[in-house]
Amino acid sequence: MDFKLTEEQQMLQETAQRLVRDTYSFEKRQEFSASDAGFSREFWQQLGELGLTAVPFSEELGGFGGSGVETMLIMEQLGSGICLEPYMESVILAGGLISQLGNAAQQEELLGGIATGELQAAVALEEPGSHYNLAHVETTARQNGGDWLISGRKGVVIGGQTAGKILVSARTAGDVRDQQGISLFVIDPNAAGVSRRVYATMDGRKGCELFLDNVKGELLGNAGDAYDAIRYQSGRAIAALCGEAVGAMRTLCDLTLDYLKTRKQFGVPIGKFQVLQHRMVDMVSELERATSMATLAACLADDEDSAERTAKLTAAKFVINKAGRYVAEQAIQLHGGIAMTWEYNGAHYAKRLVMISHQFGDDDHHLEAYADQLSLA
Amino acid sequence: MEIHFSPEQLAFRDEVREFLKQELPADIASKVRLAKHLSKEDHQRWQQILSKKGWYAPGWPVEHGGTTWGPIEKHIFDEESAAAGAPRLVPFGVNMVAPVIIKFGTEEQKAKYLPRILSGEDWWCQGYSEPGAGSDLASLKTRAVRDGDYYIVNGQKTWTTLGQHANWIFCLVRTDPEAQQQRGISFLLIDMATPGITVRPILTLDGDHEVNEVFFDDVKVPVENLVGEENKGWTCAKYLLTHERTGLAGIGASKAALRQLKRIAAKQHKNGRPLIEDTLFRSQIAEVEMSLMAAEMSTLRIVAAASEGGVPGSESSILKVQGTEIRQAITHLMRKALGPYAMPFLPEEMELDYDGDFLVDDYSASLASVYFNMRKLSIFGGSNEIQKNIVSKMILEL
Repeated sequence: MDFKLTEEQQMLQETAQRLVRDTYSFEKRQEFSASDAGFSREFWQQLGELGLTAVPFSEELGGFGGSGVETMLIMEQLGSGICLEPYMESVILAGGLISQLGNAAQQEELLGGIATGELQAAVALEEPGSHYNLAHVETTARQNGGDWLISGRKGVVIGGQTAGKILVSARTAGDVRDQQGISLFVIDPNAAGVSRRVYATMDGRKGCELFLDNVKGELLGNAGDAYDAIRYQSGRAIAALCGEAVGAMRTLCDLTLDYLKTRKQFGVPIGKFQVLQHRMVDMVSELERATSMATLAACLADDEDSAERTAKLTAAKFVINKAGRYVAEQAIQLHGGIAMTWEYNGAHYAKRLVMISHQFGDDDHHLEAYADQLSLA
Repeated sequence: MEIHFSPEQLAFRDEVREFLKQELPADIASKVRLAKHLSKEDHQRWQQILSKKGWYAPGWPVEHGGTTWGPIEKHIFDEESAAAGAPRLVPFGVNMVAPVIIKFGTEEQKAKYLPRILSGEDWWCQGYSEPGAGSDLASLKTRAVRDGDYYIVNGQKTWTTLGQHANWIFCLVRTDPEAQQQRGISFLLIDMATPGITVRPILTLDGDHEVNEVFFDDVKVPVENLVGEENKGWTCAKYLLTHERTGLAGIGASKAALRQLKRIAAKQHKNGRPLIEDTLFRSQIAEVEMSLMAAEMSTLRIVAAASEGGVPGSESSILKVQGTEIRQAITHLMRKALGPYAMPFLPEEMELDYDGDFLVDDYSASLASVYFNMRKLSIFGGSNEIQKNIVSKMILEL
């Protein structure tokens, strides 16, 4: 047991840290956010050039088979800059699903591009009625000659506004919430029958609603058997989000601490008041819990599938959702009025932290999931 | 980065498990599991068994009877002991005064006291808190005045845990009343048999006799019982408090308590079904289990850092707060599991030799008592608010 980073991991961390620090000022971020893409295409390209988008992939694809720990190190840095790029969605989730389900030809066609960043992919799993249950799939796919035709509506597809390919879950058999009968397809967002309603998200990103009307899709893996892969890969996505949340929480704690030391009221820095000191300690305490669980999640994310892995990733997301919300709310409270403004960067960290809890399950979702599998021994 | 134990560490864990399976007396484990009262004899019996194996004082240097274990081995041992139902060691001798004597004591003091702690000949208690000095420990008033080869001690200590069993007490006393608060304090070892010492029990809110008041009336203490320099006792006190805090998260004990909670929730019923199948109650167990998982990971991170030579700093203060809150949450759920049967107060059922009918079951009588008793966790060892002050000052520099 040890929690030290290898030399390679330290280098990776420094690379990501330098890139975010040098290119992601708050002002720049706001410009990226307001752009059509909703993020910086230049930064995305740099992630590719520095090999960061290739990290989880094999050497042939330019990566080094990085596991959850490497992902965490990158995501922490992206979180500390509240970066807008859909790294988790494209590299971790779409990349992971294609690696797990795709045949050799599909892997060759798609993974190379994802690893270099040339292909930005998105994943469409949620629907208006799914509420984090990824087995809730109303969207259907039917076979017509040699083609699969997909119809339905997928919701809140982060990165879907710019994606070159979108992975879509659709039902090929069974009832709405059956785990069996779910299949995964690759679609071209510009194909006939696709319409997108693009929107900004609360945390400054962009996403879209995906309306599909007999859209041609390419099946990934066996028909009806995609759920286990979706569940497994959403675990990797959760671990990545945990890392991002820790990065964002740490920065927001730093900002708040700094404010407590500089803001004066009643003739003294407000950090002299014990009630605020203890609140700040509680925030750091939550950060500590979150860091521990993000570490646990990172160490397990790429392990073989097991009930224990699933339970611990669930626990990690639960703890981090709660911690993130606590840090976000208290940071705003301790800053007072200034944190209520659009121009204050801390407010945007707070928004991202709360929105992370709306990706891949909020605390109720994970509490229920954890309680369902509770070991009685 | 690796969260799994190495093969050597796993082998060590198996060795500890096997030892506990063979040597931990079943009656003691049963008392611990059911939160019944342990007698002085119970504590001493377990201590002798550990001593014989050479595992009673793992944190001491080998030359004094300790082990070569690193922080990870110590952690494994503590976890396994708690899981098996071994009693928590009474820390005052082996884990509190001994480290101070080893660090600050003379060779004569080491030779005199350490073997008697190992053998169980001496039972130590702690003379820190006073009626007017709780969280503000440095305001203590017990006086020690030098008179030839003796100090004459007058004053009162309180909250002296298990002082009724003790034959020695280590005290913080004021030797220079003129000095600034923390400066004029000394660390003194006092034989409880010395004339002028009176021990009076304090009954706690659960009806238990665990703590005492200790009065000193012209007590003559030989000068050679001073540890470290006169007026520098605060250094010893601080050293001891850091030592104490690292063990205060009580992860192992909380894991054992959580298992017991699940056993109880499987036996208690609501709406005709085991309570553990009740969605609301079950989710509360789930929540505390996840918090415990996080605290355990934090402990492991601190332990791993310590094994690399790092010193557990104020992170242990954060962990003390988290760990004690978790333990309290578990005792809250145990009490709730009883429903209206949390109300009957049946101290006789809490004794292991009770041979009457149980009103509910063998585990039930102690649950509400333990809940109230465990409120102490967030008060002692530096209250949780004091821990937050420490973090605020030492880490955040506010």
